[in-house]
Amino acid sequence: MSDSHGHDSLPGLAHQFDSYEQQRESASLGMWAFIVQEVMFFGGLFVTYLVYRREYAAAFAAGSHHLDVKLGAFNTAVLIASSLTMALAVRAAQLGKKKPLIGFLVGTILLGSVFLGVKTVEYSHKWHEHHVPGPHFAFESTGVHGEPIDPHNAQIFFSLYFAMTGLHALHMIVGIAILLWLIFHAARGRFTPDNYNYVEGTGLYWHFVDIIWIFLFPLLYLIGRH
Amino acid sequence: MSAHVSPVRTYVVIFLALMAGTALTVWAAFQDLGALNNVVMLTIAVVKATLVVMYFMHVRHSSRLTTMTILAGIFFLLILFSLTLADYATRDWLTVAGH
Amino acid sequence: MSAEAVSPRTNYLNAEYGVSSWLFTRDHKRIALLYLGTITVFFALGGLMATLIRLELATPAGDLLQPDTYNRVFTMHGVLMIFLFLIPGIPAVLGNFLIPIMIGAKDLAFPKLNLASWYIFTAGGLFILWSLLNGGVDTGWTFYTPYSTSFSNTHVIATGLGVFITGFASILTGLNFIVTIHRMRAPGLTWFRLPLFVWAHYATSIIQVLGTPVIAITVLLLALERMFHLGIFDPAYGGDPVLFQHLFWFYSHPAVYIMVLPAMGVASEIFAAFARKRIFGYRFVAFSSLAIAVLGFLVWAHHLFVAGISVYAATVFSVLSMLVAVPSAIKVFNWTATLYEGSISWETPMLYGLGFIGLFTIGGLTGVMLATLGIDVHVHDTYFVVAHFHYVMVGGTIMGYLGGLHYWWPKISGKLYPAFWSKLSALIVFIGFNLTFFPQFLLGYLGMPRRYHSYPPEWQVLNVLSSAGASILAVGYLMPLVYFVWSMRYGKPAPANPWGAVGLEWETPSPPPTENFPETPVVVGEAYDYTQRNYRFPLRDRHEVANV
Repeated sequence: MSDSHGHDSLPGLAHQFDSYEQQRESASLGMWAFIVQEVMFFGGLFVTYLVYRREYAAAFAAGSHHLDVKLGAFNTAVLIASSLTMALAVRAAQLGKKKPLIGFLVGTILLGSVFLGVKTVEYSHKWHEHHVPGPHFAFESTGVHGEPIDPHNAQIFFSLYFAMTGLHALHMIVGIAILLWLIFHAARGRFTPDNYNYVEGTGLYWHFVDIIWIFLFPLLYLIGRH
Repeated sequence: MSAHVSPVRTYVVIFLALMAGTALTVWAAFQDLGALNNVVMLTIAVVKATLVVMYFMHVRHSSRLTTMTILAGIFFLLILFSLTLADYATRDWLTVAGH
Repeated sequence: MSAEAVSPRTNYLNAEYGVSSWLFTRDHKRIALLYLGTITVFFALGGLMATLIRLELATPAGDLLQPDTYNRVFTMHGVLMIFLFLIPGIPAVLGNFLIPIMIGAKDLAFPKLNLASWYIFTAGGLFILWSLLNGGVDTGWTFYTPYSTSFSNTHVIATGLGVFITGFASILTGLNFIVTIHRMRAPGLTWFRLPLFVWAHYATSIIQVLGTPVIAITVLLLALERMFHLGIFDPAYGGDPVLFQHLFWFYSHPAVYIMVLPAMGVASEIFAAFARKRIFGYRFVAFSSLAIAVLGFLVWAHHLFVAGISVYAATVFSVLSMLVAVPSAIKVFNWTATLYEGSISWETPMLYGLGFIGLFTIGGLTGVMLATLGIDVHVHDTYFVVAHFHYVMVGGTIMGYLGGLHYWWPKISGKLYPAFWSKLSALIVFIGFNLTFFPQFLLGYLGMPRRYHSYPPEWQVLNVLSSAGASILAVGYLMPLVYFVWSMRYGKPAPANPWGAVGLEWETPSPPPTENFPETPVVVGEAYDYTQRNYRFPLRDRHEVANV
């Protein structure tokens, strides 16, 4: 079906665009604009964290010591690995290789799920230790070096811990859902070297979520560990 | 014009660099570097994030507009941090009657 | 000048019929009208709240509403007007309709996302509507903690959720506009050939994308604090209520530029058209839009001057706040220079444009007064502030919105509206507005606090003037509703270019066809060029030459 703009509608080219290149560049800019707003979204949590860490350094250090560095580091490695598989998935899409594309997407989902599984374990530890903010919260009144701290301030630390890692986990869950959708469409041959924008966009999103964790891990798990 | 395709090797090298950075940051956290602990930790995190942005997210081979978009985001994030913290950092600088 | 005289039979309005052709449309022009419908409803509800406020304040005693009810009324007035009318306002209606046409594109970059934005906006609006119908919120539209987190017994979370959701729609619209303006411009349409309306919306979109997420996270924290008593804003836990204010205003100050920049864009279009002249200092106006967007992010704590922030921070923010007035002033000077020695015609859009420039200037100058620490200490939380922001929001934004609606109505609807009644309504709006809000400057200066439902009897005269003005203003607002609707049925068909203006939107029939242009135009010169035609339509021009 041809229109008066002189080209037949190409497969996978939306009607408002004149070329695959314009479509790809638009999708890319759109995704980056979305990521920039996500940066500001998490930014509000980070600034809250910075304000209170400065204010209550000892309580934050004490809270941080109750997080499991080994699990946190393991999860960091898992997430970085999932970024690798995601990047390789995008590369496969660029080259039109359907089987590796699907394989790497599956790998990303598996690694992401491991991450979430570990987080669930960590959250349940926190629940049993009474470190979940709310009516059952309880924390000791001494800091890492025996100095007095206010347990209320430690509650602020854990509030931020759950808010930040929780929001991050929510983004991962959404990411995994999108990856499943991608696999569904990849299997149907929807993505070609001319048009793999959804894969590229999902890759950008996934890497962004990884970057958030790259900052969360040291900020939450590694306070005052020396 | 199609997008640049990075070789697999590039991605693997970056992956290994990120893993090394993670190990380094954990190790450094347990050393007593005084005020430098925070600086080291932040620097490693920024380097790791930059590697992800440049290579995994292809910004190394993307347009200047993409780079500007990212820088704009970082700029305003830093405004949020710095001007807010500027209030908290200077609250007890001046004792005013009644405070 | 375009040779179009008769609109073709098929246009975006009659291309398809039926409710689902509207609810599942991807056409940016139809989506603009969907927004027009919903925001008009919310404006009416916000106006109803305003009516209750002014009725109560006509007498010194708090005799119409209980104090608690009054709190809910002014809160809902703010929430409805700001989040559901002013923020979406011009971008969602006029921006959506015009930006693709002004750049020679078939649609926005992401038409389906555009429709999704409208649905998301409406869903958020329904949350707020539900809250309104169930007693509303009484915290003030600013939701300050710890009252909102620990003590208010109203539907804070539902309203907050509504704000969160509509914010997301705002982000997506901004994102759509940014990509569209970067990537979908017609051949030859360089940045400095763009209409200033497009520049204004580009700057607005930057604010929407960067600022809105911060209020989103703030509202989320507010909800979490309220639900789980986290302590982040609770002094008993070491939390700081002022941190909430920092986070809230980091968005809500730039938000006011989301509201006013598009109106400035409309003003540029109107002045060029009705002075029949290019905008004086085009690049200055364009860069000023960007400067306002950037500087607007650096001033938020002027809302916190008396909240307990450090004196040093307050001083810095005071200086920065004065800086942000500069690009706005630059624009006012350039518009004035545009009018000078122009060929002025006194059509309705021009009346609104002139009203805008005067009222925005007053509002802006009083903003500089408020930025002055020493003054703000005395007039903070008084009617001086209320008058200031209504001068910029209503005298500025709403005048711009109405001016834009009147300017582009023939293009949007294909019909002309009666000139006499529209000019009369502009006059009534202007008079009603000033009578409503000027006395409030005086009241604030005299010390009358805002958000109070009663006041000492010596202030009654000024309050009665204000309430009388509000009733006149209401008449002025109702009139366009009547004659715009009337015009859809009985108005004369509009030609492609009823005002004899210059711009790509006037090169296409009224109303435009769904694809905007039968072929992509080529732009060969600057905007607002009244000396020569700078748009080429290769196929059509060839065809016309052949037929001569």
